[in-house]
Amino acid sequence: MATVHTPSAPRRRRLATAGFHLGAGTLAVLWLLPIALVLVTSVRSFDDIAAHGLGSRPHSFTLGNFAQAWVDGGQQRALINSLLVTVPTVLVTLALAAMAAFALSRYELPFRRSLLLLMLGGNLLPPQILLIPVSKLSELMGVYDTLPALIGVQIGFGVGFYVFVLHGFMRAIPPEIQQAAVVDGAGPWQIFWRIILPLTRPALAALSALSFTWIFNDLLWAITVLRSDTKMPITAALIGLQGQYVSMWNVIAAGSVIAAAPTVAVFLRFQRHFVAGLNLGAVK
Amino acid sequence: MAVLTTTKSTSPAPAPPRGRRGRGARRTPPLVLAFVLIPLLAEAVWVFWPALQGFYLSLTSWDGVSAPTFVGLDNFREMAGDATFRDATWNTVLWLVLFGGLSAVLGLATALLLQQERRGIGFYRAALFLPVVFSLVATALVWQAIYQPDGVLNQVLESVGLESLRHAWLADRDTALYAVIVPALWRQIGYVMVLYLAGLKGIDPALHEAAKVDGAGPWQRFRHVTLPQLRSVNAVVLSVIVIDSLRSFDVVWSLTRGGPYHSSELLSTYMYSTAFQSLRLGYGSALAVVIFVLAFGVIASYLVRAFREAD
Repeated sequence: MATVHTPSAPRRRRLATAGFHLGAGTLAVLWLLPIALVLVTSVRSFDDIAAHGLGSRPHSFTLGNFAQAWVDGGQQRALINSLLVTVPTVLVTLALAAMAAFALSRYELPFRRSLLLLMLGGNLLPPQILLIPVSKLSELMGVYDTLPALIGVQIGFGVGFYVFVLHGFMRAIPPEIQQAAVVDGAGPWQIFWRIILPLTRPALAALSALSFTWIFNDLLWAITVLRSDTKMPITAALIGLQGQYVSMWNVIAAGSVIAAAPTVAVFLRFQRHFVAGLNLGAVK
Repeated sequence: MAVLTTTKSTSPAPAPPRGRRGRGARRTPPLVLAFVLIPLLAEAVWVFWPALQGFYLSLTSWDGVSAPTFVGLDNFREMAGDATFRDATWNTVLWLVLFGGLSAVLGLATALLLQQERRGIGFYRAALFLPVVFSLVATALVWQAIYQPDGVLNQVLESVGLESLRHAWLADRDTALYAVIVPALWRQIGYVMVLYLAGLKGIDPALHEAAKVDGAGPWQRFRHVTLPQLRSVNAVVLSVIVIDSLRSFDVVWSLTRGGPYHSSELLSTYMYSTAFQSLRLGYGSALAVVIFVLAFGVIASYLVRAFREAD
């Protein structure tokens, strides 16, 4: 852009804008390319891919791959399992975390700071240290290879982090609000339910969006406490699909689209909350 | 300080007795106590107790069927002569440096590029962020299609006349680890970018203006204004990266299972296969302890920072 004649200011700005869009646009396209590839592959027929290769222009269109992954590949059952685990886990975890955060942030409990950090610390542990004992523990409790085991461990492992984030949020609520309620004779439950919880809604929304994707996308805990194919959530089922349909990329791609669709939907619907959640989670 | 009891603040503060509060109004209502204890119990059952067991099991030899036998530090001694352990540790370090370092640098770079509010910026940000919501398994499968011997990458190389570079990317010991890092990065950069975007937004524009007036160029402003202002975000990103790196499992497991010949083995995958496939639960626990030790510094500093913030 180093022209001999210095261009006028507006022109230079226009050039800079064009340059920006060129750069950012290229980057965005590069980032979306793998996604586009999967979307395209998922609607191509096997023969088409076999004949022309994965990277070629599509010569066919079919939705049969989705049916195949959904029915024969067991994606339907897996998706149901995933939702059966994810929805209760998100609800229970956030409820428990909100309760603990409320108690720790609004009452002068003994050792509250240590308790808070103990709970956060549990969440920061590398899961590897827990895998073997957790799988044995779930056997001992008779819940090995059942969805409640997965829900239990996800709640126990996740709750500390949400307590910490919500604690930071609830702490910022001015004490006067609560004092007024106490004067009016409100008990802890009313204060929690009527005052603090409604004020915490933005943080809860953000954390719901975030935790939904985290739990939905988990693989490690699932393959640690589950064994039967019929119990596996979508992530593990996708690996199964990969083994079942070796190099049938059309079916595998369709399976990936199915597995990613719920979290993408949550993201697109709650984008603002989502990004807010990530930043809430970062200890500043 | 969000200490909340009605009568607080009126008494001219003789330090309240540690532990139980004496006066009736200060007594914690039982419901509030339950609010803490129930979640704590859930975490104790599923995390604290298993963690203690995990440390103990690392000192045993156990096949998961008969009772574990105590062997002291034998498992750790065995590691010294275990070539796979050495490979996995080296790969984990490499993973930390490459995956961690590149996602921090590129995350910051994209955040700088996309920090200004302008037309179309939302689309660019969303595009970079979108992979963050995919599971690592789905991410892995996407990239497996790219890496296949007859996959997209090789086709592209061929079409631009670089046939010589064609490669079984995931099946070659020399490229497997790097081929696995790329999808992980693809997914992580958007996440780090979002953290940095928030950090950049928090910088007072007056600082940049002042620097500009003093004649600082873009690089100087980045070096002496932006970077120092991002210090706390950097600390967060560092913790996130180290913890995520040491946890990385899904993407490697779905793409290579640590192979070929352990060339993409990380400590996390080695631990998993040792424990659940070779059924050497004692040795697997010892490997988990090594991962814990590596993560400990970061966890501790994260907690210290949280501790300071919590009051």
